[in-house]
Amino acid sequence: MERAGDETFEVFITDTGESFRCGAGQTLLGGMERLGRKGIPVGCRGGGCGVCKVHVTAGEVRCRKMSRAHVSAEDEARGIVLACRCRPASDIRLAVIGSMDKAFLKHAQAGGAR
Amino acid sequence: MAMTGVMRPGHVCIRVLDMEESLVHYKDRLGLQEVDRDDSGRVYLKAWDERDWFSVVLREADAPGMDFMGFKVDGTAALDTFEQRLKDAGATTERIPAGELNHCGERVRFDSPTGHLFELYADKDYMGTMMGLVNPDPWHEECCTGMAVQRFDHCLLYGSDIDGTVKLFEDALDFRLTEQVMDGELRVAAFITCSNKAHDLALVRHAEDGKFHHASFLLGSWEEVLRAADIIGRFKISIDIGPTRHGITRGRTIYFFDPSGNRNEVFHGDYSFYPDYEPITWTAEELGGAIFYHDQVLNERFLTVVT
Ligand code: FES
Ligand SMILES: [Fe+2]
Repeated sequence: MERAGDETFEVFITDTGESFRCGAGQTLLGGMERLGRKGIPVGCRGGGCGVCKVHVTAGEVRCRKMSRAHVSAEDEARGIVLACRCRPASDIRLAVIGSMDKAFLKHAQAGGAR
Repeated sequence: MAMTGVMRPGHVCIRVLDMEESLVHYKDRLGLQEVDRDDSGRVYLKAWDERDWFSVVLREADAPGMDFMGFKVDGTAALDTFEQRLKDAGATTERIPAGELNHCGERVRFDSPTGHLFELYADKDYMGTMMGLVNPDPWHEECCTGMAVQRFDHCLLYGSDIDGTVKLFEDALDFRLTEQVMDGELRVAAFITCSNKAHDLALVRHAEDGKFHHASFLLGSWEEVLRAADIIGRFKISIDIGPTRHGITRGRTIYFFDPSGNRNEVFHGDYSFYPDYEPITWTAEELGGAIFYHDQVLNERFLTVVT
């Protein structure tokens, strides 16, 4: 269930050195998006696509069910989670793992037609 | 045109992480009606303008995505014929007994080069619409709730050998190519139809097989697409892009995600495709406009996020 989330925590993205405040009632990804910040790739926002995968290296998060195609039970135990499904329970440090992996697109954008 | 053989997409089975929140999404937001549940926990849904018993089946699972997509054929003789033609074309087929899905007759399931499971069936129980078949009203407010989608329309699927899947559908099931995107000699997207719609199935080339990009539902007007966008805003549904216009198929559209990250589309409008038509080709350097005609730029998320 959603919590009112008066309390906010600091989320530090080690890749970019940036941080943002995230409410206890918001997901890490939702909190970032709400402030118009960037750093974690935004995909489905539903724990399904895996592009928002992060490694929480310090701090506590509370996570809802995430796609096992992207986060195994072992991953989850090590703090590898989907940012769209996790809410902070303390200040957080995280490293971004997920990315938007383009298939044919990269080629199409870079080179156009042959 | 005479519509024989494979008539239309008839159902899609979608995996969800949490059934209850998914039902809020598919019932209250899209406006599908719950029509049954089975012993394995699957929930059956139908759109207000569909006559057969169900078109969407939700199954709770550990990972979202698509279990299978089914097409209705015109009779059991056609089912037998297509089964043989699928085998001849190299597909592995399997007969699934009547009743394995509630209200659905025997199904012929087959695999595809892109790693997706499809199936054909000839019979499904008739439920009808609330308006009936005699002097019907155009619609009833009791069943046109939420976005009030009219029907399940098509899917877009991602996988590597899209040429193989297109060929299977052309050779064994008489589908036709309506539009394609070419990157030089390489076909990167294909739109195929069994009817005279601009597409009943779309495929995009992608490194990973068996991926689900979206299930799409038909709306009655552009105004209804905007109204769907209002519902997306009100309930803070995760949006992907839109409302906008596709160059490909000309659809007026909006994309969003269900609570498990499966993408949905609601759209209005395409054009009629006839068997004598040549396919339309888009070139990779114009891909931006082919996909999103107004912005003319590619949205990374649309092209890369799948379940
Ligand atoms: S954005 Fe898709 S899993 Fe988080
Ligand atoms: Fe679509």
